[in-house]
Amino acid sequence: MSILECRGLVKRFGATPALSGVDLTIQPGRIVGLLGPNGSGKSTLIKLANGLLVPTAGEILVDGKAPGRESHAAVSYLPERNSLPLWMTVQQLQDFYTDFFPDFRADRCRDMLARLELQPDMKLKHLSKGNREKVQLILAMSRDAKLYLLDEPIGGVDPAARDYILDTIIRNYNPEASVIISTHLIADVENVLDEVVFIDRGQIFFQSSVDQIREEKGKSVDALFREVYRC
Amino acid sequence: MPWDFRPDIPIYTQLIDQIQRQMVTGQLAPGDRLPSVRDLATQAGVNPNTMQRALTELERRSLVYSQRTSGRFVTEDGTVIQKLKEDTARTQVRDFLAGMAQLGLTLDEILTLIQTEGEPI
Repeated sequence: MSILECRGLVKRFGATPALSGVDLTIQPGRIVGLLGPNGSGKSTLIKLANGLLVPTAGEILVDGKAPGRESHAAVSYLPERNSLPLWMTVQQLQDFYTDFFPDFRADRCRDMLARLELQPDMKLKHLSKGNREKVQLILAMSRDAKLYLLDEPIGGVDPAARDYILDTIIRNYNPEASVIISTHLIADVENVLDEVVFIDRGQIFFQSSVDQIREEKGKSVDALFREVYRC
Repeated sequence: MPWDFRPDIPIYTQLIDQIQRQMVTGQLAPGDRLPSVRDLATQAGVNPNTMQRALTELERRSLVYSQRTSGRFVTEDGTVIQKLKEDTARTQVRDFLAGMAQLGLTLDEILTLIQTEGEPI
């Protein structure tokens, strides 16, 4: 069964269309890049999958169910902006996640935090931007979810932090789960992706495996993206 | 060891090439146990399914074999590695000759050049 299924998915904000008729199937065990320019509908799609938005028309199913209490338990969401209380310490955040999510693996989280050499009593607000992003990703990846929705996980971090984040995603790979990474920094994530979904003006016009693109077109996904979205 | 990828060819073929190179150069010796797919993927910074695909192809080429319980190993058959080494050398010589032909050198000139440049070795 597919992890994420969209059929004729439409989302409008007032008269403004954000998604206009999205059909998409994501199989388990995949790391998928959701690629598109700013304002193309990436975050809207992710928020619909997470149940933060309700579709205007059409259908979206996560692990076979419409977004709701049951699907929430199967989805781990990393928002684009920090959503965690800044006054909390690393330890408090870990406890917070333990209380909230039954599938949270505190041991896994501790191991990953230890590799970062972050003290548990450090407050989120005292961490650098890069470390804050890393802590949020670690919390999101420490859940045994079916679907990980990572909205711009590498936006604005330095190359070393980016490598750490991608490394964490690969390490936590689970053949039963899927990871969707929305980004426009394609060259950076290309090697860790199975497939890419190109989205533009609320519509998906291309879905392919990374190696298939390289094989058939003799160019990277990044080069293809630049060609397709050239203004 | 460092992994390096070109952007214009499939990642899995580059993984195959680079693992084969490690076998030919002896970085991976016959009978060596390979790290798990996840560890190899993490080392190389690539997708685990892509790494799996490369290893499956290496198995098909009889360069690695898997044992159900204990993991994946480099072949112990020295002739397979020897053949791989010869194929690799042949490919490199062909590439070299193609480059020399572009420069307009004759085979005699190339041979002379190899002898003078190869002396220190």
